[in-house]
Amino acid sequence: MFAPGTQVRVKNDWPELRGPCHIRTPHYVRGETGVVVRHLGDFPNPEDLAFARPAAVRPLYHVRFDPKPFWPEGAAPDELVIEIFDHWLEAA
Amino acid sequence: MSNILETPSDRLLEAVRSLLTAKGHMTTEDIAERIRITDGGSPAQGARMVARAWTDPDYKALMLRDGTMAAEAMAIPMRGLPPLGVLEDTDEVHNLVVCTLCSCYPRAVLGYPPFWFKSAAYRARAVRDPRGLLGEWGTVLPDGMKLRVVDSTADYRWMVLPRRPTGTEGWSAEQLAAIVREGDMIGVTLPAIG
Repeated sequence: MFAPGTQVRVKNDWPELRGPCHIRTPHYVRGETGVVVRHLGDFPNPEDLAFARPAAVRPLYHVRFDPKPFWPEGAAPDELVIEIFDHWLEAA
Repeated sequence: MSNILETPSDRLLEAVRSLLTAKGHMTTEDIAERIRITDGGSPAQGARMVARAWTDPDYKALMLRDGTMAAEAMAIPMRGLPPLGVLEDTDEVHNLVVCTLCSCYPRAVLGYPPFWFKSAAYRARAVRDPRGLLGEWGTVLPDGMKLRVVDSTADYRWMVLPRRPTGTEGWSAEQLAAIVREGDMIGVTLPAIG
């Protein structure tokens, strides 16, 4: 579990390259560093639910990112907050 | 067997309904109840919640703590639906909601998503150039106001609690609810009088 304020990195993983999958982690934050805002709750892993497999219940967090490094050319938002599951995060 | 992609949607729907009941997942009454609840969702429901939050500090606190409970307190059916989170606009922060992956939307309180919410253009630009996007809606944020984009990617559904417009002092909750629009609770527009 990650406490609010913890710096985390989204895993730079691309299951799409390995076969059929259903991922709720947007491409644009893979490998990026953010800060845990809060634990939202625990939910069955959608990556298994989508294929009707038994789904482990996983913590879900709101994670805050500074989006400017992603899109330096646009008028990026000042902050971006995204729901990300525990198994996609590692301490940064 | 014909190609499923070429089968008329009403026949597909009938097949799914028949399978749900034949396999015992749901009764026809359950399906009718879900349709009734889904059709009951509309921006007017969210507007009632916003108007009450503007006039009742205890309700506002509940809404920010637990949107699902706040919706249920207004007799909006939430059973079996994803949890509702409420994002508060303040003097310092404006919230904008998008689902870049698909079209996650708080249907119980806002109804069916507007067509543009599901468009690739909105989903891309809301994270990449949200100030430009807001500008096309005629929404200009004050200098120095932080713009927070909330990408609704998983099990929560999000709505915005906008700021109460000046000039509405003394208004009843009913009068206030009448000026709150769908876009105000997504964050593309701001509530305005008239």
